[in-house]
Amino acid sequence: MSPDIRPLVAVVSARYRTLLQYRAAAFAGFATQLFWGSIRLMILAAFFAATTEPQPMDLPQIVAYVWLGQALLGMLPWNVDADFREQVRDGTVAYDLLRPLDLYSYWFGRTLAFRVAAPTLRGIPMVLFSMVLLPLVGLGDWALIPPAHAVAFAGFVASLVLAAMLATAITLLAHISLLWTISGVGMDRVLTGLVTVFSGLTVPLPLFPDWLQPFLNWQPFRGLADVPYRIYSGNIPSAEIAGELVFVFVWTIALVLLGRLILLRGVRRMVVQGG
Amino acid sequence: MPQIEVRGLAKTFRVAERLPGLAGAFRGLFHRRMRDVHALGGVDFDIERGELVGYIGPNGAGKSTTIKILAGILNPTAGTCRVDGLTPWRDRRRHVAHIGVVFGQRTQLWWDLPVIESFDLLRDIYRIPAAAYRDNRDRLIALMDLEPLLDVPVRQLSLGQRMRSDLAAALLHGPSLLFLDEPTIGLDAVSKLAIRDFVRELNREAQVTVLLTTHDMDDIEALCERVMVIGNGRILVDTSVDGLRRRVRNERILVVDYDSAGEAATVDAPALVAEGEGVRSVERDASRVRIAFDPDRLPAATLIGQLLALGTPHDLFIEHPPIEQTVAELYAEHDMRER
Amino acid sequence: MSSAALLLRYLAISLRGQLQYRASFLMAASGNLLNCVIEIAGIWVLFDRFGDLSGWSFAEVAFFCGTVNATFAMGELLATGFDQFGTLYVKTGDFDRLLLRPRSTVLQLAGHELSLRRLGRLLPGIVIVVAAWAALDLPLDADRVGLLALAMAGGVAFFFALMVLQATMCFWTTESLELMNILTYGGVETASYPLPIYHRLFRRFFTFVVPLACIGYFPIVAVLGVDDPLGTSRLFQVAAPLAGFAFLGVAIGVWQLGVRRYTSTGS
Repeated sequence: MSPDIRPLVAVVSARYRTLLQYRAAAFAGFATQLFWGSIRLMILAAFFAATTEPQPMDLPQIVAYVWLGQALLGMLPWNVDADFREQVRDGTVAYDLLRPLDLYSYWFGRTLAFRVAAPTLRGIPMVLFSMVLLPLVGLGDWALIPPAHAVAFAGFVASLVLAAMLATAITLLAHISLLWTISGVGMDRVLTGLVTVFSGLTVPLPLFPDWLQPFLNWQPFRGLADVPYRIYSGNIPSAEIAGELVFVFVWTIALVLLGRLILLRGVRRMVVQGG
Repeated sequence: MPQIEVRGLAKTFRVAERLPGLAGAFRGLFHRRMRDVHALGGVDFDIERGELVGYIGPNGAGKSTTIKILAGILNPTAGTCRVDGLTPWRDRRRHVAHIGVVFGQRTQLWWDLPVIESFDLLRDIYRIPAAAYRDNRDRLIALMDLEPLLDVPVRQLSLGQRMRSDLAAALLHGPSLLFLDEPTIGLDAVSKLAIRDFVRELNREAQVTVLLTTHDMDDIEALCERVMVIGNGRILVDTSVDGLRRRVRNERILVVDYDSAGEAATVDAPALVAEGEGVRSVERDASRVRIAFDPDRLPAATLIGQLLALGTPHDLFIEHPPIEQTVAELYAEHDMRER
Repeated sequence: MSSAALLLRYLAISLRGQLQYRASFLMAASGNLLNCVIEIAGIWVLFDRFGDLSGWSFAEVAFFCGTVNATFAMGELLATGFDQFGTLYVKTGDFDRLLLRPRSTVLQLAGHELSLRRLGRLLPGIVIVVAAWAALDLPLDADRVGLLALAMAGGVAFFFALMVLQATMCFWTTESLELMNILTYGGVETASYPLPIYHRLFRRFFTFVVPLACIGYFPIVAVLGVDDPLGTSRLFQVAAPLAGFAFLGVAIGVWQLGVRRYTSTGS
């Protein structure tokens, strides 16, 4: 193991251990997301029931969109890491400057662990529940359909990896901004609003008015949820998958570069003002 | 009738065991092993009205468990307890109206409020009659020298100022019984002395019964006539401060100063132990010699006589060993470690 | 001093405290406002796409949404001490301090804070209700206003009770109270839409177990003057908000059990 990634492995392992300790939290989180998913589904289905004209998505695609959204909720960059905020507040974050590491990469790893740990623990039961259990109890109409086809599945996996990177880059931007605005409460709120609406979590993006679509299609947040979920269900045709992946990738690179730039200034500030 | 009467008080907590490592954490998700912790294993004591009692023991020995039960915020597993005729945990609201509690680590004042407004709010909470409140408040403000602090928000007070305000706040409703949990922790020397003077005065003048837990043995020495030592959930010793010393090890220290280190060097144990083995140790530090001895086996007069035969000291006096050492030895004797 | 007077004193103090930290109050309030706007915008998006919701118009659904948001905000406003009970009182051990005072714990916690940031949800909620009222051309008569006031009072009791239950859970575990979010934030989401669109089990749960529909859907159907597709009578719709008060009574009973447990485990 190269010395560079050892601190990362420690951080990731500690994060999982902490999560596992809180068993009530794990079960409660699962139940909460199950409930939200069910309510969203019933609302959307009720709207769907009356409609006669063709819609941009069909009901099974919407069902898949909702369940995947619940399973992967924790991966969305809707909040900052409380530990990180605490470290900035009490100044111990300055120790990270002393480590012989590239600061951005180290924090990227930490943030990635924060973003990905919870969804792997919560997402798998959610997928099993919605894909396997629901049909077994006779609620097949509400079940998560399998990926539309092999290409869709491959594209989904790839877009999910990119979504994790994008989510990390966005969260890290928020983390870096904490160096300026210690409290981070406002940051959380703005992030939550932006992310839940523009990723498609509140309402699937294709259901927004047609005149808004050109804007929605170019903003980065759709790479977090809308792109992977629609690739999964086949709503995005195979031919367009590659283009969508490039789209998310370019946004990720852009946000990483932006983060590096801001971090550079943040570090200068920290060094000058002593944290 | 004693003001506090405690019989066979026991408290057992059930705690979940954490398994080590990632695999352990994963197993803990589904199955948790529980373990009983006996915080108190049958405690008896009486405290008379107007006593000032020190309650000491290592962390985890059961001190705060006892205090919490006496204050009515924790139920015991077994045993009885009467405070002024009430069972604290059964008549909580009536009981707490007549006691004062100060936790050294926590404030009961409102963080953002000026001190005087915290006091006013406590008046309303405790339903203190206007006249009694005015008298108490003014007396406490004068005694604790709080006048300059009254308009300062609590968050801006120093620890010492806060502790003085907290003590006053705990006494506004004129309680006849005061629990002090480490009231001097973290305080500077001047504040410690102020707190001690105040507590002594309160006890002597107003006849307020005080139960004091502390790790600072100077508090005990300065204030308490009676000390209870708790360890592993049992009262080990309940005696006077002197009795505590005697019980562990009767020892005095004779400190002798000479004019030069050379003279001091002539004093050593073999020269002194001719009459039995009363001398425990002899330490030399430049021109000063410290001789620890057992006064039962070697009277101080005999020891001094021997010294004068050896040379001419410049000065000499007798000390008690520091009580910390006494208590540390008591803990060691009972094999008590911090839990 | 009487309990009511003491509560008012507590709340006056809390207001003054919050005015000392104006920036953080404004920030949090605008966050709440944003969430409320997002919610109503989400509903509008769906109506824009699908036209109607099994016979309900956008204005009617907005009426549901506005009422429940305003009600929830008022409940939260009064129950902040319970909402933050786990972090502020149990983890820190500060609950001991409340127990050391000769007053009821419910009173002391209700007086903890009158959290002004909730205005960020209350104000848009009221605006939405007023706008929907106008858009629906409802007559402004005493019956309707009175019933809506009763429904909202029952709703405040209901959401206050949920916060009390959430705080009670802290006596057993402070790990996470996310579960209660199902009923609070999830309740707001659920009650923003008419009850008949939900599955039978959900309808029963939110009527008989956790009486959310009794302080939202049923009385509002009467205020709107429409027939309930579920076939309930006007009498039931008008009396339903009382369930909110009964729910509060139960919650306080459970709270007392929790306090008893706390005083025997000391954690």
